[in-house]
Amino acid sequence: MLGAATASYRGRICVRGISAIPAFIISRILQAIPVLLIVGFIAFALFAFVGDPVNIMLGTSYTEADRVRMTHELGLDQPFLVQYIKFIWAVLHGEFGVSYRLARPVSSLIAERLPATAELSLAAALFAMLVGIPAGVYTGIYRNAFTSRVFMVLSLVGVSLPTFLIGILLILVFSVLLGWLPSYGRGTTVAIGGWTTGLLTVSGLKALVLPAITLGLFQMTLIMRLVRAEMLEVLRSDYIKFARARGLTNRAIYFGHALKNTLVPVITVAGLQLGGIVAFSIVTETVFQWPGMGLLLVQSIQVGDIPVMSTYLLLVAVLFVIINLIVDMLYFAVDPRLRVGRAR
Amino acid sequence: MSALLDVQDLSVDFPTRRGRLHALDRVSLSIQPGEILGVVGESGAGKSLTGAAIIGLLEPPGVIVGGQVSLEGRRIDKLPPEQMRRIRGRQIGAVFQDPLTTLNPLYTVGRQLVETMQTHLGLSDRDAKARAVQWLVDVGIPGAAERVDAYPHEFSGGMRQRVVIALALCAEPKLVIADEPTTALDVSIQAQVIALLRRLAREHGTAVLLVTHDMGVIAETCDRVAVMYAGRVIEVGSVAAVVHRPSHPYTEGLMASIPALRARVDRLAQIDGAMPRLNAIPPGCAYNPRCPKVFERCRHDRPNLMPAKETQAACWLYAEGAVHG
Repeated sequence: MLGAATASYRGRICVRGISAIPAFIISRILQAIPVLLIVGFIAFALFAFVGDPVNIMLGTSYTEADRVRMTHELGLDQPFLVQYIKFIWAVLHGEFGVSYRLARPVSSLIAERLPATAELSLAAALFAMLVGIPAGVYTGIYRNAFTSRVFMVLSLVGVSLPTFLIGILLILVFSVLLGWLPSYGRGTTVAIGGWTTGLLTVSGLKALVLPAITLGLFQMTLIMRLVRAEMLEVLRSDYIKFARARGLTNRAIYFGHALKNTLVPVITVAGLQLGGIVAFSIVTETVFQWPGMGLLLVQSIQVGDIPVMSTYLLLVAVLFVIINLIVDMLYFAVDPRLRVGRAR
Repeated sequence: MSALLDVQDLSVDFPTRRGRLHALDRVSLSIQPGEILGVVGESGAGKSLTGAAIIGLLEPPGVIVGGQVSLEGRRIDKLPPEQMRRIRGRQIGAVFQDPLTTLNPLYTVGRQLVETMQTHLGLSDRDAKARAVQWLVDVGIPGAAERVDAYPHEFSGGMRQRVVIALALCAEPKLVIADEPTTALDVSIQAQVIALLRRLAREHGTAVLLVTHDMGVIAETCDRVAVMYAGRVIEVGSVAAVVHRPSHPYTEGLMASIPALRARVDRLAQIDGAMPRLNAIPPGCAYNPRCPKVFERCRHDRPNLMPAKETQAACWLYAEGAVHG
């Protein structure tokens, strides 16, 4: 009987360690397919319902024959479903169409703009987590301390003020009044392969500071408040009392036992918020004239450049699906209870 | 005779908006090295609070307002937090009530054992891991060498309480405070866990302060018993004396209310009334409104522990020159 128990235990370790996670990932990817098809449909529908591409491309002087020819060339005289399938097919092959405004392939436009947005988002996300998590832990532990109250009031400001206002205020203080940091652009960039980076030059790094803080401030305060609330909850738990009764150091209790137990909800919210950082960097990029995808989108919306808009929509959808997948995998890494729960 | 733990007149208050509540009122206890002292009483009598106050883990806003706690002759109730932390686990271990919630769900039991031992004993990773496995063997976990890398949720309640006992003992403390260690367990498991605790305490020479409301556990396990009522210790003595020949009327009532298998009775014996709330403790003896042997002095003067038959009891029946009873 003992042998059987041990054997089943070994079996469970196997399931838990090796086969459970890939199976889970595959099921998640399969779930993502319908989501992406629906978003693809909306992106495709933009072409049909927002303006008439033939009109936009023909300009002002054309004959009816020109119009029919172009409609046929673009394949717009085919049935709706055929057009949709062709669209998905093209997207799967990396063909996102040609920008009406700039007459260049959207894929290369996005590729040019991607590094700027990626670096800005990454910097904002790092700022949000590296400041938000420790601040949340601190205000959770010393909830009545004066500094905690200051943090909480400041975080309220961060949550309530709109992004553009924070950006403008930061520009006013640090660019106009103090003159420490540039107010717009990426500074000097260096090209490595197809990737232009601002992280390797002083002016590039200086240019990154204000936009990153502006973009990450809301997420920072949100993460801080979430970590604080979770810490308050976890610190009341029996296993924290027992950890104290075992004489563990405060450091081990707060940053080992308590923080790790706050992580599951924090990962959920932080993951979605980081997706939001990338998707909605539009406002920050506009305020700081940051040459990223958000700025490209705003410029495209102004002239009704639908291929760019629909591609952006698809990209954001893919991004959210990927982030959700990563979040789900992080749950597995953090909480052992999920692993066995799945395996059974 | 030097006691391992000596608690003298320990008082704990909870300041509230409507005044201070005296949760513990001049509680005195002592434990000899290797001794098992049971603490019994109804819910809210202050049993668990006494344990928490001794290891310096009172929940705010509870504060120690009087008395002292000494471990091997050294006062520990006013130590700075860092020194008190070094005593917890290393000198005084603790076992909590509910094993389902006392283990951190995100760490393997091995890791929790290892970190406890490394915090107090400065062991290498390898030694600590080897000792962790040995502790799991000692507390009777089958397949300990593999189970050391398992998470708490992979154990049953009884097995988890065994792990908790290993955690309480692994830094070799001289005293373990076990706060209702079997209350949350299945009845069939309770006896095993108590037997384990008693065996390990004997083997390691560890003294145990066993908080419980289960008289059966007390009778089987303890050397001496303290009975608490409304935040006070009202009787202390050897197990045999307190269980079979109690002196205090409350203890008499408590023992009489334990149903016996052999006796056929229509109604179970009970003590009328309920223990007073902390904000309504009557003057004099806290038990006087319920006491069948109450007399005038009980309503005005508070009795302290005094020699009574074979035990020490806080009861005016045993005052010198008393003619009552």
